[in-house]
Amino acid sequence: MKEGMKYKIERFLKDSVIHILLIIVSIGCLFPLLWMVGSSLKTQQTIFSDMSIFPKNPMWGNFYLAWTKGGFGIYFLNSMLYTVTVVFGIVIIASLAAFAFSRLKFPGKNILFYMLLAAMMIPLPGSFVPLYVLMTRLHLINTRIGYILCMINVGLSFSIYLLKTFFDKMPVELEDAARIDGCSRLGIWWNMALPLAKPAIAVIVIFNSLNVWNEYILATLIFSSKNLMPLQRGLMIFQGIHITEYSLLMAGMTITTLPIILVYLIMQKHIIKGITTGVIVG
Amino acid sequence: MTKSAEAIFMRLLRGVYTEPFAAAQDKLRECARNDVKNLVMKTKTILQNYLFVLPAVLIFSIFYIYPFYKVFTLSLCQWDGIARFDFAKNFIGLRNFIELFQDKIWWSAMLQAGYITLIALTFQNALALMLALACDRDIKGGNIYRVIFYLPPVLSEVVVGLVWKWIYDGNYGLLNYWLASIGLSNLVTDWLSNPNTALTCVTIIHCWKGFGWGFIIFLAGLQTIPRQLYEAAKVDGASSWQMFKSVTLPLMAPVFMLVSILTVLGTMQVFVLILSMTGGGPGYHTEVPVTRILASMVRSSRFGYACSQGIMFGAVLLAVSFVQIRLSKYMKQA
Repeated sequence: MKEGMKYKIERFLKDSVIHILLIIVSIGCLFPLLWMVGSSLKTQQTIFSDMSIFPKNPMWGNFYLAWTKGGFGIYFLNSMLYTVTVVFGIVIIASLAAFAFSRLKFPGKNILFYMLLAAMMIPLPGSFVPLYVLMTRLHLINTRIGYILCMINVGLSFSIYLLKTFFDKMPVELEDAARIDGCSRLGIWWNMALPLAKPAIAVIVIFNSLNVWNEYILATLIFSSKNLMPLQRGLMIFQGIHITEYSLLMAGMTITTLPIILVYLIMQKHIIKGITTGVIVG
Repeated sequence: MTKSAEAIFMRLLRGVYTEPFAAAQDKLRECARNDVKNLVMKTKTILQNYLFVLPAVLIFSIFYIYPFYKVFTLSLCQWDGIARFDFAKNFIGLRNFIELFQDKIWWSAMLQAGYITLIALTFQNALALMLALACDRDIKGGNIYRVIFYLPPVLSEVVVGLVWKWIYDGNYGLLNYWLASIGLSNLVTDWLSNPNTALTCVTIIHCWKGFGWGFIIFLAGLQTIPRQLYEAAKVDGASSWQMFKSVTLPLMAPVFMLVSILTVLGTMQVFVLILSMTGGGPGYHTEVPVTRILASMVRSSRFGYACSQGIMFGAVLLAVSFVQIRLSKYMKQA
């Protein structure tokens, strides 16, 4: 009895210490975000003097100003467009290729596949210059399609690899049955492979959406017109021009971050699972 | 040639073919026609199969393979990116590389990236492991902590950099405000403009953004260790430290290796955070290899030199990961 009490107290103390540690780290994680959101609600006059996290009179109008005057509305829509098209493109192109690598026969299959894999090892910064030159030559510089193609390329090899390992595990019998019923290869890909691969596709969608939404450097190299730029690039431009307008900058950053946080909170289970499988597979 | 055609040929050759010669000719013709038909069908199937990989291979060859090949030729040239490129005229041999070897700023950028990597490898991963161990106990609200810790990694580097830049700000920053209000005004400094503090400040933010990622992987690894092992060790009277040393550590070795390799590769390539916080300054105190590549390209329009930097950088990364993989194999044997 006494032993049991002692054990319980000990356990309680240990857990409390651990909780305190975890809470401190959590505050450290959340604080900068709260500070960002809070500051976006302050006026330009009070922003340097008001050190409270949330101001007493929140200026919700800052968001309207950032959206229109700051140009974040255009950047936001651009980011949306790029994220949706790039992710859609990656899912279609990667699943077609992965299906072929896993199920179809053609000469040079393995060489092509290993070539795609080897590309994951090449660091992108190394080939900024030739990429830029190539884009200029192809007249893809400062175009939406150029950026979209570049971003599809960035996500492709990982997605093909992930999907191929998934297709390899799919039972062949199902596919044979469909083939006997007169289903074409394209039909098998569309009607069977894609629906069965939903978990893997979810990982690919999450991974690449985050990647495209947060992408900065290719957008910098490719775009020079403001009305084509995505959010991350827009933030840096705004920061460079209106260096002291912190409240509008913070509002723009909140606009940039909010969708990510919402998606993250809704999908957190899938995201965390996806990251773990992604790392273990990759 | 099909089997039936072969049989007709053999019979003709041996002189045992009894039917009229014209019939044989017809049969052979038909066989040949079938052969061609089959071949066409087969080729068609293979070509159709190629269609499945065509978009991927096309995008890939244009945006990966071609630039990869081009980076080597450009690195041997002097070119500003504006004038017409003429390999014979612009060719300068290995001079870019010779200059690069003597480029002090480049090597200090490399060292600074190494410094960030070293801190990330030790402190960031130690923190991640500690938190993962804490959350691996059946603790209340473990999932909430997990969600919070993984929040910084999903944010963009630009947003993280700009928020912290303001917190660090010398005049209006929150950090200095707090330091002053708790009576530590002698510590107040312009954190990101002070050559002594800038690099460490950037490193801390890099770790702040990255530790949640290591935490998730470590936690996933810890949860694959069967609980019975811990219970058995407890029955044998092992202390917590002993359990950690002889159960957790050996079973987690592959996970440690994976996380450390990915930390090194990821951290060496850090640069967006730096662009948004310091832009490489003050002076060159927070430059890293990728910001140097961008500077040669965008600021001084030295496209050839930027390519040679890219090659050197790729080679260093390759060498480092090679050493790490070798090390892990060696440790496995030992």
